[in-house]
Amino acid sequence: MLKTTPFHERTVALCVSHAWRRWAGYLVASSYELSHEREYHAIRAAAALFDVSPLYKYMIRGRDAARLLDRVVTRDVMRAQVGQVLYTPWCDAAGKVLDDGTVARLDETVFRMTAAEPNLRWLEANALGLQVSIEDASESMAALSLQGPNSRAILQAMGDLPALKYFRLAETRLRGIPVSVSRTGYTGDLGYEIWVPAGEALALWDRLIEAGTPYGLQPAGMLALDVARIEAGLMLIDVDYVPARKALIESQTSSPYELDLGWTVNLEKERFVGKRALAAEKERGPQWQFVGIEVGWEDLERLYAEVGLATQLPQQAWRMSVPIYSGAEQKGYATSGGWSPLLKRYIALAHLRAPWARPGTPLDMEITVEHRRRRAAARVVRKPFFDPERKRA
Amino acid sequence: MKRYDVIVIGGGHNGLVCAAYLARAGKRVLVLERRERVGGAAVSEEVFPGFRFSVFSYVVSLLRPEIIRELDLPRHGLHILPLESTLTPLPNGDYLAQWNDHDRNRRELARHSLRDAEAYDEFGLLLHQMARVIQPILRMAPPDPASLRPRELLELVRLGRYFEHIGEKRFNALWKLLTMSSADYLDEWFETEALKATKAASGIIGTLLGPRSPGTAYVLLHHYMGELDGVFRAWGFAKGGNGSVSAAIAAAATSFGAEIRASCPVMNVVVQDGKARGVVLEGGEEISANGVVSGADPRRTFLGLVGEKHLPEAFVQSIRRFKFRGASAKVNLALGELPNFTCLPGRGAHLRGAVSVSPSVAYLERAYDEGKYGEFSRRPYMDIVIPSMLDPAMAPPGKHVMSIFVQYAPYQQRGGWTDERREALGDAVVDALSEYAPNLKSAILHRQVITPADIERVVGLSEGNIFQGELSLQQMFFLRPAPAWARYRTPIEGLWQCGAGTHPGGGVMGASGRNAAFELLRERR
Repeated sequence: MLKTTPFHERTVALCVSHAWRRWAGYLVASSYELSHEREYHAIRAAAALFDVSPLYKYMIRGRDAARLLDRVVTRDVMRAQVGQVLYTPWCDAAGKVLDDGTVARLDETVFRMTAAEPNLRWLEANALGLQVSIEDASESMAALSLQGPNSRAILQAMGDLPALKYFRLAETRLRGIPVSVSRTGYTGDLGYEIWVPAGEALALWDRLIEAGTPYGLQPAGMLALDVARIEAGLMLIDVDYVPARKALIESQTSSPYELDLGWTVNLEKERFVGKRALAAEKERGPQWQFVGIEVGWEDLERLYAEVGLATQLPQQAWRMSVPIYSGAEQKGYATSGGWSPLLKRYIALAHLRAPWARPGTPLDMEITVEHRRRRAAARVVRKPFFDPERKRA
Repeated sequence: MKRYDVIVIGGGHNGLVCAAYLARAGKRVLVLERRERVGGAAVSEEVFPGFRFSVFSYVVSLLRPEIIRELDLPRHGLHILPLESTLTPLPNGDYLAQWNDHDRNRRELARHSLRDAEAYDEFGLLLHQMARVIQPILRMAPPDPASLRPRELLELVRLGRYFEHIGEKRFNALWKLLTMSSADYLDEWFETEALKATKAASGIIGTLLGPRSPGTAYVLLHHYMGELDGVFRAWGFAKGGNGSVSAAIAAAATSFGAEIRASCPVMNVVVQDGKARGVVLEGGEEISANGVVSGADPRRTFLGLVGEKHLPEAFVQSIRRFKFRGASAKVNLALGELPNFTCLPGRGAHLRGAVSVSPSVAYLERAYDEGKYGEFSRRPYMDIVIPSMLDPAMAPPGKHVMSIFVQYAPYQQRGGWTDERREALGDAVVDALSEYAPNLKSAILHRQVITPADIERVVGLSEGNIFQGELSLQQMFFLRPAPAWARYRTPIEGLWQCGAGTHPGGGVMGASGRNAAFELLRERR
């Protein structure tokens, strides 16, 4: 049936809501408590612990390991330093995004790649003629994400945590357990991801909970994470974009430029999959942009007041396609959004035709008020919506 | 005497569909069925007391959604229950299961090959796209490329534009599917033998061809048409068996005013001055009509009911050359208990799906080798369902019915089909399946074995071919059943064809019946 993660024995005992969802064929908690609210606030005010084991993980080793990854992803892997982690998308030959994830350089010839979708075949297909071995470590390696302002203090309480800069990693021990720790995450906050052999997973969980409880550590589920990642302006595969491999028609695909990931595309590299198409697109300028949208409170309030209701807000982040207009014409669509409990703003991530994507552009977002479709005033804003100094400090 | 606009010969599902559409358009329609019940090869019968079987065809896979909708078949009693999985038991005690649920399926495939688990989705997407490309062609009456008539030329131009529009990449993929063997095509995608074999099996069903025979890859695509309509959920097992599909269509036809007479075998079509005037029943009764539609296969229609003397020589030659070569048999079992598969013991969800005995491509090809030389396969390909798991009314409480589709059991059997040979086939099937489910033999209460010769005798399908003629490329589309006569018309004015022997062909699909009705109505408006 569905797989359970190496932490399942612990998470199942905590999941009083019985609210589970699927992630890459695994069962993960939507929220542990009856509501995800406290779990969300732990991310921003204390620390939250996520089981992120369902990520696909590949170990790439060998003389040509860097070369292989450099050919596959859009960023420059050849110049990545040992201990550095790169966030990057990767594309097909048409320059359309297949997936996004991280590439971590553990050693000169050893890399760990994380992905949302299985990529073994793709990596192998691109490794022809290269001296490299690719191991699918998705099941043998467990992963936790420790996020929030207290995350550093918790790890320091557990062992000898080297001073890790943003998007750097180190091999270390936490209360005796050998782990790989990277200063990465999906919340846009101070946070770490911890990689551990599946056999040590439960011991690590127990020790993290023990060390973290005095700091307000809270196991948290996907609902809380979804709010945080929207605040951080981070896109989600299958929700905010259709990976090229799953697209039924060409118009469903997106290039990195259209997803606001132009900064990850290094056209200086000699060769990588999709380079020619991406160079041409950069020359032309992308047709679409992926932006932040903020829905105006006054307009929301007015629409609800018109039917005699107080303003209603989405209690959970939503994931659907919502039309966005400029005047009478549709100029794009939002793909996820919700109320930010921290910022007290109604925010969304949206795809807009390029001319309407400049920050400050006034737009309307469709909203259903008491069974009727209305339009609420919105405007383009810069991502991330929430960007605390502690994230990088 | 009552006069009819149209007489439909044969109350198979296509004849009934055709009659329903004609009646809906206001025609006075009479359906004449030789047997005591309608349905043709889509019938349910209580073969043994308390045990009901879809005696011949046994699943609903390709029934056109537009027919379900337009004839409102659910209101006339059609209820399709989903089949959830396909289990392929393996000789080494393991198995390969394919599940409807994406995550569960990927996990199971990954157990055999991580690469195949990934390739599976891409393969599915490509075949989905290819099916989208080919589907509009299935819906149209095929234009004749040799014809200079304006309407056909226009349609050819439209078809040409269409292929231009699908793009080079898809056209190339389509070309491969049209020319390759299913085994070669699947080799390009997968490494797990059982997966390749189980997929390849759908390319050989009903055909005296093996998985390594060129052209079989296309038939894979033919089966993906059903997947394309997946959202409509028209794939599965009809409650009450496939007879209820026929019953629902018959009820729809009757509700539109069509008249259906069973136990009325037609002796011949009355042809005067090159025109069809009606039919003569075996009892001697003559019924006249302005038009006659035959749901019988091309050989029975033209060489039997019409007669060569009324037909042009070249046409008669084409029909004589039309290949039937029935290749499949059916074994229906009444069971006292469920089969217990060694690879996956117990009463699991896998018993609610299909079981496919197709452990490797070599196994299938070896089975074909025997068939090729006029023997039935000692170790055949088998596609098994247990309808009583989905619809308990098919068997007494706690007991079960099992339907086993068997291939190869060629019609041309060395020495001919005899009672001994029929039972020897039954024994071989039970022996081969017992290797995977050892309790099977002791669970059997009754056994019915149906050879291609039986299919021909009972249902009237020539050489027992379940598709009314092999679904191979040289007799499809504008060549089905004969060049220049693929548009449901015949050389006899007023005589039409609506069986699976016309485009697009076999499966309980109904497309031939519907297309034929529309062509006839277009002409006779």
